[in-house]
Amino acid sequence: MGKLGIEDLKKISEKSSIAGAIRSNEENDTKVVVHMGTCGIASGARKVMNALKEIVDEKKLNITLDEAGCLGICEREPIMTIISKTKPVVRYAGVTPEAVREIIESHIIGKKVLDKYLLANFQKGAENITETSPSEKPAVFSPEWEGPLKDLKEIDFFMDQRRITRKNCGAINPYKIDEYIAMNGWTALAKALSEMTPEEALDEIKDSGLRGRGGAGFPTGRKWELCRQVRSDTKYIICNADEGDPGAFMDRSQLEGDPQSILEGMAIASYAIGANKGIIYVRAEYPLAVELISNAIDQAREYGLLGDDIFGKGLNFDVEVMIGAGAFVCGEETALIHSVEGRRGTPRPKPPFPAISGLYGKPTIINNVETFAAVPFIIQNGSKWHSGLGSETSKGTKIFSLAGKITNNGLVEVEMGTSVEKLVYDIGGGVPNGGKFKALQCGGPSGGCISINHLDTPIDYESLTKLGAIMGSGGLVVMDESTCMVDTALYFLEFVQEESCGQCTPCRDGIGVMLGILTRITEGEGREEDIEQLQKIGEMIKKTALCGLGQTAPNPVLSTIRHFRPEYEAHIKDKKCPALRCRALITYSIDPETCILCGKCQKECPNDAIEGVPKKKGSKGEPFRILIEKCIKCGNCYSVCPTGSVLRT
Amino acid sequence: MDTGTVRKPGTGNEEFPAEKFQILDERIKEYKGKTGATIRVMSKAQEIFGYLPREVMFRIADGLGIPPVKVYGIATFYSYFSTMPPARHKIISCQGTACYVSGGRQMLEKLERILGIRRGETTPDREFSIHPVRCIGTCALAPVIKIDSEIYSRVSIGKIKKILARYSKKYEEKN
Ligand SMILES: Cc1cc2nc3c(=O)[nH]c(=O)nc-3n(C[C@H](O)[C@H](O)[C@H](O)COP(=O)(O)O)c2cc1C
Ligand code: FES
Repeated sequence: MGKLGIEDLKKISEKSSIAGAIRSNEENDTKVVVHMGTCGIASGARKVMNALKEIVDEKKLNITLDEAGCLGICEREPIMTIISKTKPVVRYAGVTPEAVREIIESHIIGKKVLDKYLLANFQKGAENITETSPSEKPAVFSPEWEGPLKDLKEIDFFMDQRRITRKNCGAINPYKIDEYIAMNGWTALAKALSEMTPEEALDEIKDSGLRGRGGAGFPTGRKWELCRQVRSDTKYIICNADEGDPGAFMDRSQLEGDPQSILEGMAIASYAIGANKGIIYVRAEYPLAVELISNAIDQAREYGLLGDDIFGKGLNFDVEVMIGAGAFVCGEETALIHSVEGRRGTPRPKPPFPAISGLYGKPTIINNVETFAAVPFIIQNGSKWHSGLGSETSKGTKIFSLAGKITNNGLVEVEMGTSVEKLVYDIGGGVPNGGKFKALQCGGPSGGCISINHLDTPIDYESLTKLGAIMGSGGLVVMDESTCMVDTALYFLEFVQEESCGQCTPCRDGIGVMLGILTRITEGEGREEDIEQLQKIGEMIKKTALCGLGQTAPNPVLSTIRHFRPEYEAHIKDKKCPALRCRALITYSIDPETCILCGKCQKECPNDAIEGVPKKKGSKGEPFRILIEKCIKCGNCYSVCPTGSVLRT
Repeated sequence: MDTGTVRKPGTGNEEFPAEKFQILDERIKEYKGKTGATIRVMSKAQEIFGYLPREVMFRIADGLGIPPVKVYGIATFYSYFSTMPPARHKIISCQGTACYVSGGRQMLEKLERILGIRRGETTPDREFSIHPVRCIGTCALAPVIKIDSEIYSRVSIGKIKKILARYSKKYEEKN
């Protein structure tokens, strides 16, 4: 099509359909969409797609096959959506290549919904697809229509969500810019360029109350303003897609499911502050995200949405992708800048802030993926709309990743201020297999753990900080009774020690001392004064470390001491690990009453620490026993025993 | 690093054919003077050679006109770069929080025991190497391991051998 003018957006929008809906003038009446984010693919979505192609060819079916990004309910992947011109949307979950055949034969050929693979119970038992309300409306695409994912609102997992930034994820084919445009994409930039001065665009962001989604929650508008005020021939916009926080995957999903939204946000930022170069720094561990965002850049360039004189309005802005080579500290903005400059990614003290002196010494804005993705909506709907969402101090919505011991693993977007309880129980479905909620870890290695006593806490920047945790980038990991909080603190400290760049003494040595104490505690050598000692050193590191990594590194220790002190005391005073995790403090034995002499434990034992003879044809077997002296406490016997006869005390 | 037999760069022996060096030189020319040239060239070099041998690091340093120690410093700082020859199959074992909570550490230990090597090492037959990483972003499917580009989700201790058997006959269960 070549370079677009503003009026061309409408033309494309009228013509293009999207993966998650169908147009009445499309050739086929039915469309089958496979959701192909990384989680989907890891669960077999590619195989599902291949099986689909095969059966469509074989049976010569007139259906369109398409793909879209992830819906967020990763737990149930691979997911396949069936859309038709006349019938409601039906979604199938946990689909295998074999199931594809069954589903197509039943749903498409036999016109019967196949209950056993349904994503949502509300469609269960439908005899005839035309009667599968309550999502009465077929997903026929029209500009007034409410959105391709409306049916999801019937499902507990989605009911309380407020999907704004993630609106397109799972609805559009992320390889096609036209589909983003069909969902009103790039109209925010068009609006900014034609109706607003740069100052007005900046004010809109400032008044909206948008705060950075990458961790610290710094007001985005203030950062932009700082940068705008500096005079310079070159300014840079960097999108931080390093997503280093383990247990977090919001940014990956946004890059994979709706890459254009990030580019549009960056372009608006460039207009507001007067920048002309953009860089997206993506971690190498995200190959699909790199592919999709690179493809998105190529397509945007072809349409002239990146490049010179965008929309003929005089804005020059282009974006490049850089691949981060894999160190946690590179997510820190000054370290990231060093890494982009092709040096070792070590942080430097601030000020000067990057907004004044950043990449190659030029004024530079660094924002997180989600922050940029939120920008187009604010420009479209206005700052008032945005500041009406969320809590007192934290405006808008936030995407969280739910992982760990939770029933509905996945991605959720809710208004800020939503309670922990709502997230974990109503949306997340609670702890699976009858387990008991113990702690919620938020903010990764810089964050902390909060306990069951704080389920009513509204999730926003201030409330979590008050509890000694932080909201961080939005990674939430649920822990149940089988997780030891002392060991968890140790786990995070080991993590930051490994990732510390080693420049400053508090971080390099202080963390080492804390590690020594914690290790001692988990090995049953803890001393009475250890808790006080940990707190003292932790506070000292927080005050004196050079960068955010060190300044927040003690948080996991301090917050677990604060909320789970009795567990520390049990380790130190009673030499017991209540969660039965710390190896030095537990013993394994075999219950002769229930043991069936199968011999599995013996086969799994790496150190020949199990005596006994299995029962086989012609041999009665001999009782099994664990030799305490030889046991290395790996727990293999415990996990392979089919009757639960290996005891851990 | 092996210092005994320094091979002349680009002389074209079996492991480092001259064509590969030619491609590398083109990349160096392409990126020289551009933003973040060093890391980008190094990344290309790793794609070409599979890892960053000494000869290659020198060639990059010469080509870009920077001290070799700078290239070496970057190679050892980032876990993405490897200065050792790769195994045929690279096993990545996630040690991120979600995987930790679901038994990722036990999975890593089990892998080490089965293969008889420690994390970061390669088996003597060069079949497998084990690399703990901090999170690959599929936390919802924890615990995960990744072999080459295939992700295995919700791995349990009992499943590991079966997975390895797909790559090497040595680990087929003898029942
Ligand atoms: C150790 C460390 C790691 C960080 N990792 C990330 C990261 O992976 N992604 C991110 O967006 N911000 C990360 N940050 C925060 C950045 O320094 C920076 O504040 C952020 O990218 C600003 O964007 P925002 O204002 O949109 O949140 C990290 C900070 C520290 C101290
Ligand atoms: S914690 Fe293992 S994939 Fe994220």
